[in-house]
Amino acid sequence: MTGVRAQRVAAPLGARVVPVARRSRYGAYVVLECADPDGPRPQPGQFYMLMAAERWGGGAAERPWLPRAFSVLRAATDGADAVSLQFLVEDVGPGTRRLCELAPPEGLSLVGPLGNGFAPPRDGRRAVLVGGGVGIAPLAIWQDELGADATVLVGFRDAAHASGARLLSGPRVATDDGCSGHHGLVTELLEDELDDDSHAEVYACGPVAMLQAVRLLCAVREIPAQLALESGMACGFGACFGCVVQTRHGYVRLCLDGPVLEAAELSPEALTAPGVGH
Amino acid sequence: LNAPGDHSGGSSAGPIDFCGIELAHPIINASGTFDAIAARRAFGDQLLARFPFAAFVSKTVTLQARQGNRPPRLWEVAAGLMNSIGLPNKGLRGYLAQDLPALSELPVPLIVNVMGFSRGEVAGLVRAFDERARVAALELNVSCPNVETGLLMGADPREVTLLLDAVRPLTDKPLIVKLTPNASDVAAVAHAAEQAGASALSLINTIRGMALRPGTAEPWLGGLTGGVSGPTIREIALAQVRAVAEAVQIPIIGMGGVQSGADAWNLLAAGAAVVAVGTESFRDPLAGGRIASELASLRPQRRPVGHN
Repeated sequence: MTGVRAQRVAAPLGARVVPVARRSRYGAYVVLECADPDGPRPQPGQFYMLMAAERWGGGAAERPWLPRAFSVLRAATDGADAVSLQFLVEDVGPGTRRLCELAPPEGLSLVGPLGNGFAPPRDGRRAVLVGGGVGIAPLAIWQDELGADATVLVGFRDAAHASGARLLSGPRVATDDGCSGHHGLVTELLEDELDDDSHAEVYACGPVAMLQAVRLLCAVREIPAQLALESGMACGFGACFGCVVQTRHGYVRLCLDGPVLEAAELSPEALTAPGVGH
Repeated sequence: LNAPGDHSGGSSAGPIDFCGIELAHPIINASGTFDAIAARRAFGDQLLARFPFAAFVSKTVTLQARQGNRPPRLWEVAAGLMNSIGLPNKGLRGYLAQDLPALSELPVPLIVNVMGFSRGEVAGLVRAFDERARVAALELNVSCPNVETGLLMGADPREVTLLLDAVRPLTDKPLIVKLTPNASDVAAVAHAAEQAGASALSLINTIRGMALRPGTAEPWLGGLTGGVSGPTIREIALAQVRAVAEAVQIPIIGMGGVQSGADAWNLLAAGAAVVAVGTESFRDPLAGGRIASELASLRPQRRPVGHN
């Protein structure tokens, strides 16, 4: 790791239950908001392990049972010292389905903030943020911190998902079906950006095929890229050794050494692991 | 310490004696389910102040470093988890140089879990840890094949006898044999271990399982099969702990799907002296502490609430 990161903040020990303060819909996505009175403000790219406090388990096939990892979408500190947290959820499995059902003031169990977030751009490079689908989540909090200088490129499948673009400020949008913005892949937008001005640092989160394309685009241009990865996690704090990804130095636990990793550190097969049903 | 065969569910709160080791309460962690060094990175020194276990059992150490299995390593099952991690660790030398000094800062006794692919390898590990004063006890992971005989060490009473014959003379520290539930007669293996000088037994380890990638005949896990843990194996654990408790006099560390003080109470009632929490810690790193206080409030007379 070559980026200069902020000092990692320690999470409060143990799972904490907080009430859901607000649930908002953005097309195919749900944004859950809660106040975290005990937690430090997370760094962009950090994540939390989430469960519903009630009725977690006992659903179809008796799942979910394990908590699910979510990058923080947005964080704000209000006057009362509590950190307000937002998470972006898409219903793609029994855990995410249950989280999408949560209505205020139902309880949300959280452990975090966990992991290493994004490091600022090196050598005066401009930040180019690239997101696909629900992977736009960590880009929102990162854009909040970087401000207007950051370029944001996001890709979605269709109109229902493209509603998520509203969570970012002034993004360029690509859609698979052409319903909005560029008809094609977000990585095509990235290619144009990097051809225009290659003094950039790329921050990306999304499906593995997108990340693989980002990695290759950046590698041939020798542009540094920080990828926020996802992997099935049982714990989020290094206990289970389940979330490993292959790097040039062997397997690393994504929850401890990621979820943000330098693209150049990854071994090629790191981005071929199958997705997991959340 | 509960006398073996005393199925009263424990008789007193407060410190207990386990093989000469004083434990503040009967709840420890299952090997491989809590990395105290990683947890301290995530949660800071509050981990030491509020350490959730009465002893710390480290992840399996092997003679040589291991990378572990290729991913995917996890599969969520009904009320539990199946894993195929493959015992990644730094190897004996790396453990002694890096992990042991860090783990020595924990406020509780340290139990080191070791595994070898031959009796000679296990002997080497036992000898190395015998010299370390901070190591209170050793747990022998026998859920692996002996590469010399091809037999699963922990599935065969004779293998366990030969293993203990080889390593028991090498140390005065307590030797805990971690039994595999993937054996046809776990109580027979337990009895053989006791006869050959085991100080204690721990059970159950995970139960072998398999998942297929949806819509295909391909195994999901990189390691092809995995070990199932969590509440889904709780009643299997209870039955095996009871069967082993009836076959031996040495103390038992019972584990398998413990989520609450009532679950721990049941394992004590079935004959365990100590209870280990495993997969539940993945859901909450403080689960062990919560379970210990729930257990304390249940003991001695109050019976846990049934599940009906």
